[in-house]
Amino acid sequence: MTSRVQAVLMALLAPAIAVLVAVIATSAVILAVGSAPGDFWSAMFSNPLPRIKVNVVNQTAIIYISAVAAAIGFRMGLFNIGIEGQYTIASFAAASFAGAAYLSGFANIAVTLLIAIVVGAGWAGIAGLLKVTRGVSEVISTIMLNSIAITMAGYLLNRYGVHEGNTVHTTKLSGDSKVAGWAPFEPRDGQVWALALLAVAIGVGFWVLLNKTRFGFDLRASGQSETAALASGINPKRMVLISMLLSGAVAGLIWMPAYFGGAGSYGTAFQGGLGFTGLAVALLGRNSPLGMFFGAVLFAYLTAQSNTLTFGSDISPSIVEITQGVAVLAVVVAYEVVRRWRSRLEQRQVARELVAA
Amino acid sequence: MSTSTTTKTPTTRLSLWFWLTLAGIAIISFVRVVTSSNDLTSPGTIRAAVIATCPILLAALGGLWAERAGVVNIGLEGQMILGSWGGAFFTYHYGPWIGILGAALFGLIGGLLHAVATVTFGVDHIVSGVAINLIGAGAAKYLAEAIFKEYEGGGPSQLIGLDAPPNITIPGISDAALDIAGKHWFIVSDIAAVIAAATTRINSLTVLVFVLVVVSGWVLWRTSFGLRLRSCGENPQAAETLGVDVYRYKYIAVMISGALAGIGGGFLALVSSSGFSDGQTGGRGYIGLAAMIFGNWRPGGLLAGSLTFGYTDSLRLRDSEAIHALLLLAGIGFLAFAIYRAWRGQRRGAVGVGVAGLLLLAWFLATDSVPRDFTSMTPYVTTLVVLALGTQRLRMPAADGKPYERGSAG
Repeated sequence: MTSRVQAVLMALLAPAIAVLVAVIATSAVILAVGSAPGDFWSAMFSNPLPRIKVNVVNQTAIIYISAVAAAIGFRMGLFNIGIEGQYTIASFAAASFAGAAYLSGFANIAVTLLIAIVVGAGWAGIAGLLKVTRGVSEVISTIMLNSIAITMAGYLLNRYGVHEGNTVHTTKLSGDSKVAGWAPFEPRDGQVWALALLAVAIGVGFWVLLNKTRFGFDLRASGQSETAALASGINPKRMVLISMLLSGAVAGLIWMPAYFGGAGSYGTAFQGGLGFTGLAVALLGRNSPLGMFFGAVLFAYLTAQSNTLTFGSDISPSIVEITQGVAVLAVVVAYEVVRRWRSRLEQRQVARELVAA
Repeated sequence: MSTSTTTKTPTTRLSLWFWLTLAGIAIISFVRVVTSSNDLTSPGTIRAAVIATCPILLAALGGLWAERAGVVNIGLEGQMILGSWGGAFFTYHYGPWIGILGAALFGLIGGLLHAVATVTFGVDHIVSGVAINLIGAGAAKYLAEAIFKEYEGGGPSQLIGLDAPPNITIPGISDAALDIAGKHWFIVSDIAAVIAAATTRINSLTVLVFVLVVVSGWVLWRTSFGLRLRSCGENPQAAETLGVDVYRYKYIAVMISGALAGIGGGFLALVSSSGFSDGQTGGRGYIGLAAMIFGNWRPGGLLAGSLTFGYTDSLRLRDSEAIHALLLLAGIGFLAFAIYRAWRGQRRGAVGVGVAGLLLLAWFLATDSVPRDFTSMTPYVTTLVVLALGTQRLRMPAADGKPYERGSAG
């Protein structure tokens, strides 16, 4: 076996183990509450309806953006747990601006996206600044900033939003600023959001940044060994701040495809929780642009397809949340096991070669 | 406190806490009298504050156990959610005391998962914690939908009408204290209100929670078991060379940590409200973690932190005047801290804190009310401020969060 093939097999080994463990754990939980695991798996593997296919594409896009935001931090050895707060506050700010219609048409869209980026980056920047100036762990500060952002967005929405019956939302986006999507099936099956293409751009951009730029090299170097990075002239504080800002900037964009594609206002239509999904997918995809794509598809598919469970089975769709959580925990454990096993193999190989020589 | 470790005996530490508490009550009482918002320390407020404190305190205590053994447990939130489900399930079938054990058991399972991932397999502690939070939230949601739906008083996302552990009232003291608390005298009534809250319809589980804090402090700092456990958090390699089974201690610590967080979840389901509902933990696991850091990884400190957060949390639900008075309280508190810092010779820090205190006072004088949302942000903002100003004074266990592999001592 050539070493290249071996490397690919090794890389696939951990996700394969993780999927297997997730399948077993999910089946066990379903059995434990007295339902039939077979119902679950047959529903999950049935051919998805057109509506669900569209949904999977859209969800994949926004989950992927969130995963890239997380991966920028992870690659640098930073835990940006605050993506949830960053995209919540950025989505609120962007939706407020776009709804107010100071600009029209394309200009409105462009400036709104810019606002989402700036607000997301700014919110993440607080954690970055606290880390470089005061040495505050970004894990704790971003957790705190999440709660502050969510409370603050709720307060501002309540105070300045449009109240309609029991619900409240920001001013609706006017028609000329909506970005038409593309309906691959019947119109009633929904549209693929045009701005889902943002995810492609961000994915490619992330790959180029990591592999083709000086900054990407510095980022990976700092993430792998801070001391080595420092020795080669990289300023760690600057790297922490920039990667935090970059991570927050990408996080700011997470909900934008949904906003311009259909939601049209921040309120009950806002989809929360994507920040944590993104973290999970980044872990699942090993922070690699391609790996995270598969992870995002898996998560989006599980969530969308689980809705078919409501017909003809007594299993509630939230079972897939267990599947997703177990898959993430299993994959990180499996990577660690494979890593230890490989290093032991390498040690043995080196020992053999030394004896032979 | 870390600078003068030479001759600090437990008694001087206790008396320090006593005077600090008394000073705190005096400031609160002063603010109450000045703003005449008697709800600030009414027995009802204190009762609500204690109930709001307990879940946070249990999570903080859970964090203390794990981190003292060197494992960062941000899975507390997930373990707490599991505990709230387990507590509700076992209470429904076997009554509240078995219910509490069930809550502990479910939290413990969450802790065990975290221990397997972080200790045996060396997975990053934060990564494992994030995954456990996902699993905990998903599992409680699914299990509630699958099982509670068919129960009496249950629905797909709730189970109400559960029995709580019994309340305790001490007849003589309770009435006298309530009477004095009603007079609104300076300091005297405030202390009476605390006594009244402690002797009137106090839940037996609440008493148990405070006992657990004392027991944890005693076990961790006054027994050889605790010393060994803490040595795993400070320097596991050294502990290993002395014959301590580091893996075993870390496992025990993280499982106790999960169990405590689980009891916190059970407390929410049984005492704070009369049933389980989906999402009722509301980030209290994270607040507990914050309270522990705020309290410098010490039992007394985390108790103070939890009480502060619990108090602000409970005021949110009460008189809005009291919330406004809180601004004056915080302003005075900041100024007192600024004076303390100036006295210790930290000029720059003192100026920063002092300006913040003056701003709060200006806010108090310029407005008549504070939006309720702002009080729910208080724990988070406080933690950020404390971390930003006091990182030099906080000291976490030296090997906290660091991977450790058996045999790495060489």
